[in-house]
Amino acid sequence: MTLNNHNITFECETGNYHTFCPISCVAWLYQKIEDSFFLVVGTKTCGYFLQNAMGVMIFAEPRYAMAELEEGDISAQLNDYIELKNLCQRIKKDRNPSVIFWIGTCTTEIIKMDLEGIAPKLEAELGIPIIVARANGLDYAFTQGEDTVLAAMCQRCPKKSGTKNTNSTQKSLVIFGSVPATVNTQLALELRQYNIQVSGWLPSARYTELPVIEEGCYVIGLNPFLSRTATTLMRKRKTKLIGAPFPIGPDGTRAWLEKICSVFHVEPLGLKEKEAQIWQNLHKYITLVQGKSVFFMGDNLLEISLARFLIRCGMIVHEIGIPYMDKRYQGAELNLLEQTCQEMQVRIPKIIEKPDNYNQLDRIRDLQPDLVITGMAHANPLEARGINTKWSVEFTFASIHGFANARDILELVTRPLRRNLNVEVIPSTFSQTY
Amino acid sequence: MKLAYWMYAGPAHIGTLRIASSFKNVHAIMHAPLGDDYFNVMRSMLERDRNFTPVTASIVDRHVLARGSREKVINNISRKDKEENPDLIILTPTCTSSILQEDLNNFVKRASLESTADVLLADVNHYRINELQASDRTLEQIISFYLEKAAKDNSIQLEKSTKPSVNILGMVSLGFHNQHDLIELKRFCHDLDIEINQIVPEDSYVNNLKLLPRAWFNLIPYRETGLMAAKYLEKKFDMPYVDVVPIGLSNIKSCIKKIEDVLKTYKLNRNYTSYLEAQTKYISQAAWFSRSIDCQNLIGKTAIVFGDTTHASAITKILHENMGIHVLWSGTYCTHDAQWFQEEVKGYSDQVIITDDHQLVADLIAKTEPNAIFGTQMERHIGKRLNIPCGVISSPVHIQNFPLSYKPFVGYEGTNQIADLIYNSFTLGMEDHLLDLFGGHDTTQIITNTLSATNELTWSTEAKQELTKIPGFIRGKVKRNTERFARDNNYDHIDLQIMYEAKEKISG
Repeated sequence: MTLNNHNITFECETGNYHTFCPISCVAWLYQKIEDSFFLVVGTKTCGYFLQNAMGVMIFAEPRYAMAELEEGDISAQLNDYIELKNLCQRIKKDRNPSVIFWIGTCTTEIIKMDLEGIAPKLEAELGIPIIVARANGLDYAFTQGEDTVLAAMCQRCPKKSGTKNTNSTQKSLVIFGSVPATVNTQLALELRQYNIQVSGWLPSARYTELPVIEEGCYVIGLNPFLSRTATTLMRKRKTKLIGAPFPIGPDGTRAWLEKICSVFHVEPLGLKEKEAQIWQNLHKYITLVQGKSVFFMGDNLLEISLARFLIRCGMIVHEIGIPYMDKRYQGAELNLLEQTCQEMQVRIPKIIEKPDNYNQLDRIRDLQPDLVITGMAHANPLEARGINTKWSVEFTFASIHGFANARDILELVTRPLRRNLNVEVIPSTFSQTY
Repeated sequence: MKLAYWMYAGPAHIGTLRIASSFKNVHAIMHAPLGDDYFNVMRSMLERDRNFTPVTASIVDRHVLARGSREKVINNISRKDKEENPDLIILTPTCTSSILQEDLNNFVKRASLESTADVLLADVNHYRINELQASDRTLEQIISFYLEKAAKDNSIQLEKSTKPSVNILGMVSLGFHNQHDLIELKRFCHDLDIEINQIVPEDSYVNNLKLLPRAWFNLIPYRETGLMAAKYLEKKFDMPYVDVVPIGLSNIKSCIKKIEDVLKTYKLNRNYTSYLEAQTKYISQAAWFSRSIDCQNLIGKTAIVFGDTTHASAITKILHENMGIHVLWSGTYCTHDAQWFQEEVKGYSDQVIITDDHQLVADLIAKTEPNAIFGTQMERHIGKRLNIPCGVISSPVHIQNFPLSYKPFVGYEGTNQIADLIYNSFTLGMEDHLLDLFGGHDTTQIITNTLSATNELTWSTEAKQELTKIPGFIRGKVKRNTERFARDNNYDHIDLQIMYEAKEKISG
């Protein structure tokens, strides 16, 4: 993987920005992994965040719960092992999951609770796999929570698929990243056209169906925030990582498929035509966004891929805020961003790592962008100042991967713009103050 | 360690932030890891606030863990001081950062030397108190800080106002219908010819707190927040307080009575009797409504109540006194104020429940099967699963409980709103009768309403069909009663005969 993105400027600010706590990943992962149970070992603060951020989902008997730490736990008057054992026994009895995930939080880090040490002992005692992921706000932001969970799951993937069908000439491909089942199917179908079989997905729909990961097999990521998982797959499972842009937007999807094809020595016939067709279908949305400017405040690590796609759609990106930038894992994506900017003849936007929201609001006031992609904390106040916003978290919860879902991304992006066309808001009422 | 899915009251720092962000020109800085600033989302979403929430975080990350915050907190305080120019900056620890045991007090002292703003450290223990207790304590802390400060520089206003006046303490952002209640309270005071001296903390300035002692007395509309401050003011400045929440006709009456008594201590005799009568007769429709024949249909209906102490106790009284509804049990999650609650609802409900475990509440509702529930959003969802209607009367709440239209709970307009809420929660009179007579209009499918999944009983086809003829809203109850009867008598198959046998033997 060579990096020639020397033209891109990277800056790093103070890290005073708003994002979701990484434990939020349990919300989509418990739904993805159907036989799992997620136990978040933390405080009332974690619980309060989850119950409010998840909204009504909390009432649907979710397969997650808090192991709420009490004063006795903090001061080590209570024995962690016994406490966790009691809770897990109850979970096993009530829900009988195939796997229990322990999500470590800031508090377990600070009091140095040895979750990794306790888990194997309890696993043996209770007869149920226990996987530990440290998805805490000290180290990670929002979607990186999924990264810590998947990285921990890598170690549980079986090494050999029994005896049958070990066709050693056929290279196997495992795709990592949690996406809705329909997206899995769509991407598998795209690859099948080029005779490439996906031998497994991480995560799978059930814990009991985790993919076989053999030494030397190929792996590729679906999401830009999975750098730990990628590293673990390479170092611990000795797999070969295919570095590619992410299949977000038709351009990203083509680049992703092309890269896989090149590794498997397949000619991606008809792929360019397919991409062109998809762009054609997006025409209605493209006319809406063309020439409009967008500002990413940064909170979920999808920013580079989304910005690259929107530049291809004809938008001007002022700034790409991002919590954390792995230049190696996202190398191919950065290259595509640069290439896209050259082809569309626009300046390459600045990438601001660990942004400072206060400074960003200053810049937004100066730039007056047509659209700000931001968290819920800033959305309403910005709208009240006449700035269009799109809530960034929706990009995490919507299907945005593959050819078929490019429309969904633009649905989200254009929503505030379409609102402006449809709703008669008197602009002067809200725009004077900013 | 405790297995928890849901909680009624949030962590302590939320209480502190609610107080801080209610004041004008006060900024809160949380000593917290990334992602703990979820409060800003709640305020911006639930209250649809047009301004940026004046809360930022001084982020605790790996470096802080390894080397301590060092200058970071102080720098963040000075930075906010310059950027926003607030009157007061409150530093608040979170569950996580409080374990670090950094000397935040020292940071606050050093930061206040450089900043033009006052700087305070929120004095709340995150492992002992909840959101509501923390808001109570923080309000007291801020008030006492500014009164002591004013006493020192002699700017405190100890002379009473010429006309009788009141401070309204405890109006807080993200409070249940607080904004509407405040408008109603203003009208209430105006009607009683009592001036409002200060409303704290909602939309007030900390620098005006020195004016608090001017008022003749303090009014505490909600028990959860403001009581500590009122007690402090009573002790220090000999200010009496009225802590009867004016929700419901009888509470309004005793609130006014208490105000009369307070005014008497200032040698002012006011008689509000005629006002009370006129309001009850003509402004509030609630008294007439409970007399109207429509309300007769509610006699004997059952309900349960659950919420914070203020709202749960007031609604329990209204149900029992004004509408003749049988309150099976009334409960609160404010376990720290259990005794007051028990005394308050004594005689108004069969049983008092004090718990913050929502599963226990769910089981109790399933067991007692009331005709209607009055509770929080959690009880609303329990009601949905059991097919029992629910009126939301207390926090915690969703965005739909921050209505755009005027919906106070306090005062005379409040009584109208509550009467509507209660009445609409029950099935209406005529509909009720007709459904009973003709077997309901929803005869398509049996809805299972059991919360527990243990169900090894089988139903014969005829019995199932019979069940569909029973009106939807009591079908679940009949089904459960029949199954209970079958189980008690060791039947494992339910046919028509057993169904009728059950109906005969189970009364009610």
